[in-house]
Amino acid sequence: MDVSKVLAIAISMIFINNFILSKFLGLCPFLGVSKETKPAVSMGFAVIFVMTCSSIITWVLYRFVLLPFHIEYLRTITFILVIATFVQLIEMVIRKYSMPLYRALGIYLPLITTNCAVLGVTILNVDNFFVAGKAVEGSFFYSSFQAFFAGVGFLLALFLMSGIRERLQLLDIPEHTKGIPIAFVIASLMSLAFMGFMGFKF
Amino acid sequence: MKRLIKEFIKGVTKENPTFGLILGLCPTLAVSTSVINAVGMGLAATFVLICSNTMISALRRVIPDRIRLPAYIVVVATFVTICEMLMKAYAPALNLALGIFVPLIVVNCIILARAEAFASKNPILPSFFDGLGMGIGFTLALTIIALVRELLGTGRIAGLTLATHAEPITMMILSPGALLTLGVLIALSNMIKRALAGRKERP
Repeated sequence: MDVSKVLAIAISMIFINNFILSKFLGLCPFLGVSKETKPAVSMGFAVIFVMTCSSIITWVLYRFVLLPFHIEYLRTITFILVIATFVQLIEMVIRKYSMPLYRALGIYLPLITTNCAVLGVTILNVDNFFVAGKAVEGSFFYSSFQAFFAGVGFLLALFLMSGIRERLQLLDIPEHTKGIPIAFVIASLMSLAFMGFMGFKF
Repeated sequence: MKRLIKEFIKGVTKENPTFGLILGLCPTLAVSTSVINAVGMGLAATFVLICSNTMISALRRVIPDRIRLPAYIVVVATFVTICEMLMKAYAPALNLALGIFVPLIVVNCIILARAEAFASKNPILPSFFDGLGMGIGFTLALTIIALVRELLGTGRIAGLTLATHAEPITMMILSPGALLTLGVLIALSNMIKRALAGRKERP
C-alpha cells in the first residue's frame, strides 16, 4: 500500500470527483435532507459509515465468491442485496443499543438503501481495483479508502448546501423557482467552484 | 381501455417522473450530455420499468408485506442485469458511454416508487401501461435536457452540427451545466403548471 496513492484517492474523491457535484451520485438525499444543517450532518455520517462497511463486504464477496465461480454478472444483484440487508441490520442494532442515535439517524437509514452513491461506490471499487478478473495489489485497502473518502466528500457537499439553503429561505425570489429549482441553481454554482480543483495532478 | 390510456398519459404529462415527481435525478443529470445517450438510457429504464411493474403486479398477492422492498429490489435487479447483458452484447458503445449508470438503474427511485405506489396495488395491464407511460415520460424529459445541453455545450444535436459560427459553451456539457439546465427547466415547468391552473380558475 502506498501512502501517496491513498492521498491521491482522498483528494480526488473529496474534491475533484466529488460524488454529488461532479458524478451526480446521491442527488435525492442531497436535495431531500439539505434543508437544515443538523439532519444533513447526521445523514452524511450515516452515509460514510454505510459506504465504508458495505464496500468492505462487497469487496470480500466479489473477490472470494463471485470471481472464483465466474458469476461476475451477478454483481448488481449481490451488491444491492448486501447493502439492503446491511442497512436493515444496522438499523436493528442501533435501535437495540442506542436509542438517541437511532432517533438522530432513524428515518435516514432506510433511505440510504436507495442512495445510488452507496451502490455506485461499490461498483466503482470493482471497476477500478480489479484488472482482468484479478485484484490489483492493495486493492482491498484502496477500495475501503475510496469508499470512506467518497463519503467524506458527500458529507462536505451536503453540509455546504444545507448552510446555503438555510439562508436561502429568507430570500425573495420568484414563486416558481422556490424550493427545488433554486437548489439546483445553487448546486450548479457549487459544482462550478469544485471544478476549480480539476487541474490537480498527482 | 380508457383507464389504460389515462395511466399512460399521466406518466408523460402531469406526473412526469423528472419534472413532476422529481425522481431519478442521478442518471438524468449524468447521461444527458448527448441526445443519443439520453435516449439510450431512457429506453433502458423504460424496459426495466415495464418488466418490473408487470412482474411485481403479477406477484403482488404472493409477496409478503413485510419483506416486500427486498423482494422488489431482487426483481428490479434481475431485469437490470438482463438489460445490462443485452446492452453489452448488442450496443457495446452505448454501454461504455453510460458506464456505471446502467447497473445503477436498480436504485433509480422511479422504478421502486412505481412498484410500491402503483404495481403492488393494481392489476397487470394497468401496471404495464403505467410503466410504459413513466418510461416514455422519463425518456422525453431526458431528451429535452440533453437537447439543451448538447446544443449549448457542443453546438450539435445528435452529431449534426447546427451552430457553426458560435463558440460552444463547454460548461453546459460538464456537471454545472446539467444542474443549471435541470433547475431552469423545473422552474419553467412550474411556471407553465401555475399558468394552466390559473386559467382553469378563471372561467
